[in-house]
Amino acid sequence: MPVNPSPSFAPNKVRDRWTPSTVPTSTSGGEPAQAAGPLPTGNREVKIRIAGMNFYYGTIQALFNINLAVPANQVTSFIGPSGCGKSTLLRCLNRLNDLIEGTRVEGRVELDGLSLYDPQVDVTDLRKRVGMVFQKSNPFPKSIYDNVAYGPRMQGVREKEALDRLTEESLQGAGLWDEVKDRLHQSATGLSGGQQQRLCIARALAVQPEVILMDEPCSALDPIATGRIEELIFSLKTRYTVVIVTHNMQQAARVSDRCGFFLMGELVEYGDTQTIFTNPRDQRTEDYITGRFG
Amino acid sequence: MTRSSLATFWKSGDLFIWLTASGVALSLLMIGALLGLIMVKGLGQFWPADILEIRLADGRTLIGQPINSETIPHSKSPEHPDGKRRTRFRVGNQDAFGYDFKWVDADAVVAQAAPFDLAVFERREWGPLYGRVRALYREGAPVAEGPAAWSALAPLIEQANRLHERIHRIEHDEIDEINRRLESLRLRRQALRLDDRLTENETATDLDLQRSLVVLEEQYRRQADILDVLRRQAGEYEVAVSLSTGQEVRLPLSKVIAALRPNEMDWSLKTLTYLRNLWKFVSGEPREANTEGGIFPTIFGTVMMVLIMTVAVMPFGVMAALYLREYARQGPLVRLVRIAVHNLAGVPSIVFGVFGLGFFVYTVGGTIDALLFPEALPNPTYGTGGILWASLTLALLTVPVVIVATEEGLSAVPRDFREGSIALGATKLETIRHVVLPCALPGILTGLILAMARAAGEVAPLMLTGVVKLAPDLPVDGQFPFLHLDRKFMHLGFHIYDVGFQSPNVEAAKPMVYMTTLTLIVVVVLLNLVAVMIRNCLRKRYATSAV
Repeated sequence: MPVNPSPSFAPNKVRDRWTPSTVPTSTSGGEPAQAAGPLPTGNREVKIRIAGMNFYYGTIQALFNINLAVPANQVTSFIGPSGCGKSTLLRCLNRLNDLIEGTRVEGRVELDGLSLYDPQVDVTDLRKRVGMVFQKSNPFPKSIYDNVAYGPRMQGVREKEALDRLTEESLQGAGLWDEVKDRLHQSATGLSGGQQQRLCIARALAVQPEVILMDEPCSALDPIATGRIEELIFSLKTRYTVVIVTHNMQQAARVSDRCGFFLMGELVEYGDTQTIFTNPRDQRTEDYITGRFG
Repeated sequence: MTRSSLATFWKSGDLFIWLTASGVALSLLMIGALLGLIMVKGLGQFWPADILEIRLADGRTLIGQPINSETIPHSKSPEHPDGKRRTRFRVGNQDAFGYDFKWVDADAVVAQAAPFDLAVFERREWGPLYGRVRALYREGAPVAEGPAAWSALAPLIEQANRLHERIHRIEHDEIDEINRRLESLRLRRQALRLDDRLTENETATDLDLQRSLVVLEEQYRRQADILDVLRRQAGEYEVAVSLSTGQEVRLPLSKVIAALRPNEMDWSLKTLTYLRNLWKFVSGEPREANTEGGIFPTIFGTVMMVLIMTVAVMPFGVMAALYLREYARQGPLVRLVRIAVHNLAGVPSIVFGVFGLGFFVYTVGGTIDALLFPEALPNPTYGTGGILWASLTLALLTVPVVIVATEEGLSAVPRDFREGSIALGATKLETIRHVVLPCALPGILTGLILAMARAAGEVAPLMLTGVVKLAPDLPVDGQFPFLHLDRKFMHLGFHIYDVGFQSPNVEAAKPMVYMTTLTLIVVVVLLNLVAVMIRNCLRKRYATSAV
């Protein structure tokens, strides 16, 4: 990784290296022809496009023929009962599933029209463009400052002023700055649950990603902390594309612009959140959001 | 108690709590008893006990310190329903009497007293001497008699000790240094002759070397002259002591370390003497086939060996564990390796000793000698036991402990941390380096603590790889290169065995065995305490909210 003197993010190698024309389709040769998601994304640019995607844990298939398009600078939520594959799909978007042995992807997953699963892709560069916030807040057992500066440091940012500025910007972006500015060098584990989760968001912001993935970010938080995170998600979409997995349908309704409902590894329905919640086309979606099962 | 209440009692688990608690209590009791025994038997020897003068029924007198007393076996009779008693005295004067300890039957004692003028001399040879100071001589001529002799004695002994210290330093440092240089000159000359003929250049060098040799030999003679003078000075004074038999001996002060009259000492003075003796034991060098003097070289050797072992075992064990846990594909092969590692921890230590002797000493050491020190052959430099080989052997012995503990530490690092780091664009190596290893460090140090405790207590493998009963030099000193990894060393564990079972004067050695044991325990505890403190510091630093 080249040492990058500027505090802003290094020119993305991902973008430089990928050329759409040379990218071959992944293993199975899904259905790239039907690539565009089942629904138009309005006038917005498509940030992530998934086409004919199947996912396997060893021999067990977890996702079946997923097709969807995530619009840029909007919040897209995935809902569905436990084990329906929504987190698995989320973790495919930054290839975190690579860490699990025996996983396999078929079909196409594209970021800005470029295949994520191309063998030439530098996975660490990809993960710098696609940040992630986890279900359980997982600040490293380091100081608050070191947590936020972790990503930039991994990219070779060494100058103190640059790190200071990135840290402040990120903490402000996550709405945490005022609460922690006087104890930046204390352990992050001393923060409350909600603060820890916002610290994790700040940590993800410090890498200056384009997309932020959130895997049930509020499931361990009380209503007040949840409310703050939801406000934060709402404000994040002006700069980032947000994909959020949630169990909480009210939350999905509150924060997201577009919503996908998953069941047993299939994408049952995908569309504008308002439409999904007021006028679902599929009976199963209606059953789920009205609480008849799940 | 009815059947149902018995059943309730059984179910409530109270009995089980009692059982477990008594298990803990029993263990504590055993440890406490062990420590108590060692301390009582060992720490008592430094106390300046009163000297008794005893008149026996057969008219003889005896001067000595009581050590212990017991009932004579098979001595029960109508007159003595509890059996007769006897007491063991240390009567010293081994050179004059031929024995050091003597049993005295209680029946045989006619009178017993502790007159103030009885003195005990701690000597460099032949153990203690008990008697009364009669006179002081300088080069054969009396200078003081009676009480005046005793009061003149203390400063003279101090002076003699200073002289001895100087002689020791000259012998040890300066003459040793000259000898070392002579030896290196000899080896360089030998190296010139390795190919059986001298070129012109080599002949010139050889002549140079020979000239330096002459200079050094001159230096040596000068030091030897100084030594002669000092020795004569040290032997100037003699003290005349009358023994219990009435016989008078002349004791040169150069042979005396200390003279005490414990009977006239009060409690505070005795405590001071006790502490001084304790310090001499910890900081001094052994004398008289290790049965007297101190044990400093053994403490030093033990700590040194454990430290070298730590330096060797840490990177090795942690690397192996990292590969096994983080990189290797988990499968039957890795499982097999893991089982093998676990079993390695159970291999008897002497097996490691034999391996160390065969592999490190003969193979590795022999090769090093052949490549780097050919001129010294057939005298081995590294091809013989030494502290390096002993430490490496112990590192092999303890590496399974470190691997197991490190693996456990690594697997205890939550997956959230790894994924969090990876998701921020860190590579696997960066994640391990910055997140996983710091979090696993307390676990790794726990392994190290266990390894150190095991290593410090091992004796068997050391006997094959470099421990000796008396090492002339410490492995670290002021001579270049300061750390001498090829040197043989002394070790507390081996010292216990040597003093206890190989010494000519078993009775005198007994308290030394207990004291050495106590010291070994203290050293192990101290080493562990340091490691535990470091670990706790790190734990605080890397405290995690994720449990």
